[in-house]
Amino acid sequence: MDYGFSTAAYVVAAVLFILSLGGLSNQEKAKRAVWYGIAGMALAVAATLVGPGSGLWLLSVILIAAGGIIGFFVAKRVQMTEMPQLVAAMHSLVGLAAVFVGYNAHVELGRVMAMDDAARVGLEGFAALLAKKDAVEIAILRVELFLGVFIGAITFTGSVIAYGKLAGKVTSAAKKLPGGHVLNASAAAISVLSLIWYFNSGGLLPLLLMTVMALFIGYHLIMGIGGADMPVVVSMLNSYSGWAAAAIGFSLGNDLLIVVGALVGSSGAILSYIMCKAMNRHFVSVILGGFGGSSGPAMEVEGEMVAIDADGVAAALEEADSIIVVPGYGMAVAQAQQAVSELTRKMRAAGKEFRFAIHPVAGRLPGHMNVLLAEAKVPYDIVLEMDEINEDFPETDVVIIIGANDIVNPAAQDDPNSPIAGMPVLEVWKAKQVFVSKRGQGTGYSGIENPLFFKDNTRMFYGDAKASLDALLAKLG
Amino acid sequence: MRIGAPAEIFEGEKRVALTPESAKRLQKLGYDCLVQSGAGEAASFKDEAYAEAGVTVVDTAADLWSQADVIVKVRAPSTEEVEAAPEGKTLISFIWPAQNEELLAALNAKKMTVLAMDMVPRISRAQKMDALSSMANIGGYRAVVEAANNFGRFFTGQVTAAGKVPPAKILVVGAGVAGLAAIGAAQAMGAVVRAFDVRPEVAEQIESMGAEFLFLDFEDTQDGSGTGGYAAPSSPEFREKQLELFRAQAPEVDIVITTALIPGRPAPKLWTEDMVLAMKNGSVIVDLAAERGGNCDLTVPDDKIVTENGVTIIGYTDLPSRMATQSSNLYGTNIAHMMADLTPEKDGKPVVNMEDDVIRGSTVCHEGEITFPPPPPKVKAIAAAKPKEKVKEPTPEEKKAAEIAAFKKQTKSQVTLLVVGAVLLLAVGLVAPASFMQHFIVFVLSVFVGFQVIWGVAHSLHTPLMAVTNAISSIIILGALMQIGSNSTIVIVLAALSVFMAGINIFGGFLVTRRMLAMFQKS
Repeated sequence: MDYGFSTAAYVVAAVLFILSLGGLSNQEKAKRAVWYGIAGMALAVAATLVGPGSGLWLLSVILIAAGGIIGFFVAKRVQMTEMPQLVAAMHSLVGLAAVFVGYNAHVELGRVMAMDDAARVGLEGFAALLAKKDAVEIAILRVELFLGVFIGAITFTGSVIAYGKLAGKVTSAAKKLPGGHVLNASAAAISVLSLIWYFNSGGLLPLLLMTVMALFIGYHLIMGIGGADMPVVVSMLNSYSGWAAAAIGFSLGNDLLIVVGALVGSSGAILSYIMCKAMNRHFVSVILGGFGGSSGPAMEVEGEMVAIDADGVAAALEEADSIIVVPGYGMAVAQAQQAVSELTRKMRAAGKEFRFAIHPVAGRLPGHMNVLLAEAKVPYDIVLEMDEINEDFPETDVVIIIGANDIVNPAAQDDPNSPIAGMPVLEVWKAKQVFVSKRGQGTGYSGIENPLFFKDNTRMFYGDAKASLDALLAKLG
Repeated sequence: MRIGAPAEIFEGEKRVALTPESAKRLQKLGYDCLVQSGAGEAASFKDEAYAEAGVTVVDTAADLWSQADVIVKVRAPSTEEVEAAPEGKTLISFIWPAQNEELLAALNAKKMTVLAMDMVPRISRAQKMDALSSMANIGGYRAVVEAANNFGRFFTGQVTAAGKVPPAKILVVGAGVAGLAAIGAAQAMGAVVRAFDVRPEVAEQIESMGAEFLFLDFEDTQDGSGTGGYAAPSSPEFREKQLELFRAQAPEVDIVITTALIPGRPAPKLWTEDMVLAMKNGSVIVDLAAERGGNCDLTVPDDKIVTENGVTIIGYTDLPSRMATQSSNLYGTNIAHMMADLTPEKDGKPVVNMEDDVIRGSTVCHEGEITFPPPPPKVKAIAAAKPKEKVKEPTPEEKKAAEIAAFKKQTKSQVTLLVVGAVLLLAVGLVAPASFMQHFIVFVLSVFVGFQVIWGVAHSLHTPLMAVTNAISSIIILGALMQIGSNSTIVIVLAALSVFMAGINIFGGFLVTRRMLAMFQKS
């Protein structure tokens, strides 16, 4: 079928994709929105299959089906606590696909350039498109596909490392090769030189050289970022996979690729921005890894940590009217969400006001805590975000913190010398009583002391989050 | 160890320091409890109720004093009580050591360890044992009840078939615990409440209770907040201004409740005779400071008088005792909290830890020595009453100006961004060929749409957002599908691989998103 039809199909698909992203503004609409996305994707693939340039129909369908089956099982089996790993792994596939498609464009371009005018007439599809290009357009095309491969390669290795870190297969501590950012900078410089070389020659060698460099940058950049910064990393890689698709879209002259790539790219960029803002850190400082040095001695922490047992917590819960739970990554690690859900059910059955406060960077993925709680059947309308609930802490009887540390650190507000000074935090210490479920006396990811644990109204409820909550549930009867 | 509560012998005192409920708390700490027979009668706690709670009922005060190791009381012991008391006991009660030096010496002579409930420092950790606050709370409430009892009208405004009733106007002077409790009670009964305090920082508390704060326009030199959360004496000029304010209020208000006290001094005279005369017939004044001489010139402590112009002035000093059940409950709990701090091991043995700020502050006699007055507490009360910056309420003009400035600034930054963006676009357009520009426009518009759409996504749906963007970013499959029909083998292989990977992504991404979204449930 002709070009006009597939363009029309692309417009419809683009609209569907925009609706599917826009629908995520609320939980009920979102259930419909995902179908828009599926329909858009089906339409786009179908239109391309019947459109100009495609071939090997059967092979394509078989491959999609085979991939689909794998995707189906992965999606069915994955635990909700493993979502961050899954998302990272899927980003790596998009990155690698972008690299392959970019190379293909290079190969095709070389083939078409080698043909004479007579041979070009018989071409169809992508090759035909290439054949029509003049010299300037070809130069631009080279830049586009070069960029596509570059971003795709960074996305690929970066996502693989992020996956490894999130799945615990690679150490989650920030690690750098000797030389640190100089290595990254020189790799980037070599890539720029390769671009100029490629721009002028169009040879395979500079493209390969750049690909190796980009793969290295992706690896080294993400290795140097620690575990708690992963929400930013994952959303950044999300953004990159979009920009890679957009760059490839330019080189293939495909508007739908450009539209979708731009949508995904800007979505990831906004997510990264929100995450950085929630940690009060600059995007660059997250990417370059590690916390900035503090500007002076940290405030002395006074008082001592006072422990409490399940009996004490149970008694306090029974007397309380309003309770807020603040979950963190520790809840995911201990797989405690079911126990939390059980606690929610009991407390709500007892007629208490029971709510959750979610900090934007709690967990390892934007919105991670919400998904875990939803999986455990905690109704989403009692799960509130920081801005909605921060003012309610002074009127709250009991706050239970499960595996969270830096996001409830009062030093962020009180101590201008603290490394996390200025980071927006949940003001849990304003509540009448605070219980902290925590494995030991250690510090959080940022390695700083948390004065909250030393406050008069704070009691430490030591132990694995799940075991502690189960003990507590038994006491509540 | 055994804790015992004798009957109060002070005339008219109906409270009791131990209730069946507080006895249970004390038993949890490892103590045995004793009570003198009939001690709780006036507060509606019968001997049987005590027995039921596991409290031993003792017949006489003498038995109780000899059997118990720790004596808990409400009123400071009388001279006779001290004389009859055996040596070496621990006593917890109101003492007022600053005013009762002789009593202190007598107690010390008996080698008693004495903890004064009125000396508990005002820090947040000690709030649970702050009996002054809990009694003041009751006093404030009761003051409104007494006022209502002596006031001939409704508190709340009503329009009835029998005519219109204006709401009662109540002025509360001094917004400490008692003042705030009075505001709350009066407000709940429907009255129009105004309140005044010399400490400007309590304005917020007053307003949070629903009353109107009477603002005194005075040069900033005066800040009535002393240390420890109590009021400090004010300068004569300030006092003059204050009286002027009250004088203006006097003819208007129906009920005045005064609660102004300054620690260690007689109550300040704030409601002068001429103000009483200016009030309407039938108005009521309740003076909670009567015990310290009263805030009103005409107050007669422990009595109710009616002036010639028909203003009732109530000077009762036993308001908490008039609600004996409630006040005994709260006081008993205060004492139980105090004992909990005294017995960190929960083994029924009190430890007077003189390193502890709260215990040090309350202990007035210990080991044969008078330990009053205590050193200033290490922990400052209520965040050291910061000199509060006066935030000036912006006038409507200023507000408007600020809004316009903000709008202008926003416009400026937006326009700058737009201009820079447009110039960049135009610059690209100058050099790039038309075919590129077509795509480029699509790209720029898509980024724009993306930014607009994504900002609206709910925070809780960020993970599904990532999963779904992941799924749709496998749109890269289109590129692979366009290339798979090539003649070159390498292109076919690479394109096939891409199709396969993108296939995983499409199905995996959408399915997992659907799974997640299906989990989100409304309660």
